[in-house]
Amino acid sequence: MLKDKDRIFKNLYGDESCNLSSALNRGDWKDTKEVIRKGKDWIIDEIKKSELRGRGGAGFPTGMKWSFAPKDLDSNRPHYLIINADESEPGTCKDRDILRYEPQKLIEGSLISAYAIGAHVCYVYIRGEYVNEGKVLQEAINDAYKKNLIGKNASGSGWDFDMHVHFGAGAYICGEETALLESLEGNKGQPRLKPPFPALVGLYGCPTIVNNVETIAVVPEILKRGADWFASFGRPKNRGTKIFCISGNVVNPCNVEEEMSIPLRELIETHAGGVIGGWDNLQAVIPGGSSMPLLPKKVCDNILMDFDSLIEANSGMGTAGVIVIDKSQDIVSCISRISRFYKHESCGQCTPCREGSGWLWRMMERINRGESEIHEIDMLLDVTKQIEGHTICAFGEAAAWPIQGLLRHFRDQMENKCSNLANRKIA
Amino acid sequence: MSNKLIAKNQPSSFVFSEENKVEINNILKIYPEKKKRSAVMPLLYLAQRQNNNWIPLAAIKLIAEILNTTYIKVYEIATFYSMYNLAPVGKYFVQVCTTTPCMIRGSGKIVETCKKVISKKPGHINDDIDSSWIEVECLGACVNAPMVQINNDYYEDLTPDKAEKIFKGFKEGKLPKNGSQSGRNGSEPIEKRTTLLKNA
Repeated sequence: MLKDKDRIFKNLYGDESCNLSSALNRGDWKDTKEVIRKGKDWIIDEIKKSELRGRGGAGFPTGMKWSFAPKDLDSNRPHYLIINADESEPGTCKDRDILRYEPQKLIEGSLISAYAIGAHVCYVYIRGEYVNEGKVLQEAINDAYKKNLIGKNASGSGWDFDMHVHFGAGAYICGEETALLESLEGNKGQPRLKPPFPALVGLYGCPTIVNNVETIAVVPEILKRGADWFASFGRPKNRGTKIFCISGNVVNPCNVEEEMSIPLRELIETHAGGVIGGWDNLQAVIPGGSSMPLLPKKVCDNILMDFDSLIEANSGMGTAGVIVIDKSQDIVSCISRISRFYKHESCGQCTPCREGSGWLWRMMERINRGESEIHEIDMLLDVTKQIEGHTICAFGEAAAWPIQGLLRHFRDQMENKCSNLANRKIA
Repeated sequence: MSNKLIAKNQPSSFVFSEENKVEINNILKIYPEKKKRSAVMPLLYLAQRQNNNWIPLAAIKLIAEILNTTYIKVYEIATFYSMYNLAPVGKYFVQVCTTTPCMIRGSGKIVETCKKVISKKPGHINDDIDSSWIEVECLGACVNAPMVQINNDYYEDLTPDKAEKIFKGFKEGKLPKNGSQSGRNGSEPIEKRTTLLKNA
């Protein structure tokens, strides 16, 4: 188990105040100037060495992303840093705790990251429902301005830095980076084709780096304690600490910061009080937020929680939103509800997703009600394949994968529902 | 995509209050000079807050004028995003999260409580307690499931009884403190905390 002294988010549970003086006591804003004085190349190299991967779901190496920002600054095309705080993936509620309890970590991380990529302006795109969290963040930003931690010559570093909060309005798709940029420009949140990637053509056509809240908030600690310290946790290429959100059928649902590559079973049993009714009562776990395929119990027994291990198991780390499902739940209903979520949240831009996500949900509901014939299960799989890979953004995969995971591991339960002829409607 | 209910009875005009006019100027300052359309979302929020939590079409027209853009551009934003209400909602607007993590923890029973105490159908205003409710997708408080959002505040770790008590309080305008209703502060385990023990 990770030791408390190695936890980055010491106020994850809000035991102390989130105000500036408490944050200073916890070590935020200490030596920020010295870190910045070491220069952009040093910062980016150090983040590369730490093997930090993006905490927003895709797990892209952060240092590499930063290095894509153009080195030469063109005053006609200012660089932007965007913090993605549009946390909406079902099962995920980690950024919320950073925003409301550790906002100064995020602000300090933003200043350092913005300096590294050559940005003077940062927008935090926070989901609209997080009204109170947004207020806390705005107050924290105001406090930081007052102490000149940010603003002109931020923290005495010689770098000017402004930070603004922009509220979303209840669209899951705006967590996709290009949809977020569209939304921030005042348009419908519909993703853009890539390339060009935002690092070259992003907000207002300018070079833009979009990072998740957690990714940015861990940056100051990595630079102050050293990349080697951060890289001492987890397996190669899956380094560091990570906030896991453990929800569903566990005794004590909670968020917890743990070492990457922790065994799933240890994570659940140590911190969340175990599965309700004991480990043997486990049916399945969705390991990384709703879009990741579920894992049946026999896989959960030994799996490690990191990017590469979960990909090997045909799933993914995603946002590390661990949804635990015990045997009392109807697994088909659980996944069908996820399909309803994706039907509701499709932005409507690409036909396979706009139409297909509705089909998936309706077919899942039919199967769930026992109105389907067995061959419709293969049809369902076919529809997921028609969506996957045929859309502008990864939403298509997100809609398809949960059902593919269900078919991979729980096909028998779906077939049982289909073979119950008594339920079938007579045309 | 969600279906938007747009009110049939629309006020003929809409003006921002003096206070909000100042606020609009502050909002416009955070975006680059030539990119004022970025302010469309915050301005829609201002209109919604000023007008009892819903946006009349006249406000959409006014915002289009302020931002020097077309009516349809603002209209499509207002209809795309689910948090803009284009028809009146209750003074106490309850949004119940029913996505899988909440569903597993019993959000179905919270929906039943809404049907029992507020109104049989979602989106209907119960005049007696000036409240309406809808089902929404994940609100991002999954480890505190089941939960509801009432106006701006989250009420977490609910049971049907606790939810009923909260909803019945609307009549006297009494709401408990927001956050977890089971006595925890944030997202720590309710019992047997294992980390950050120095603070506990």
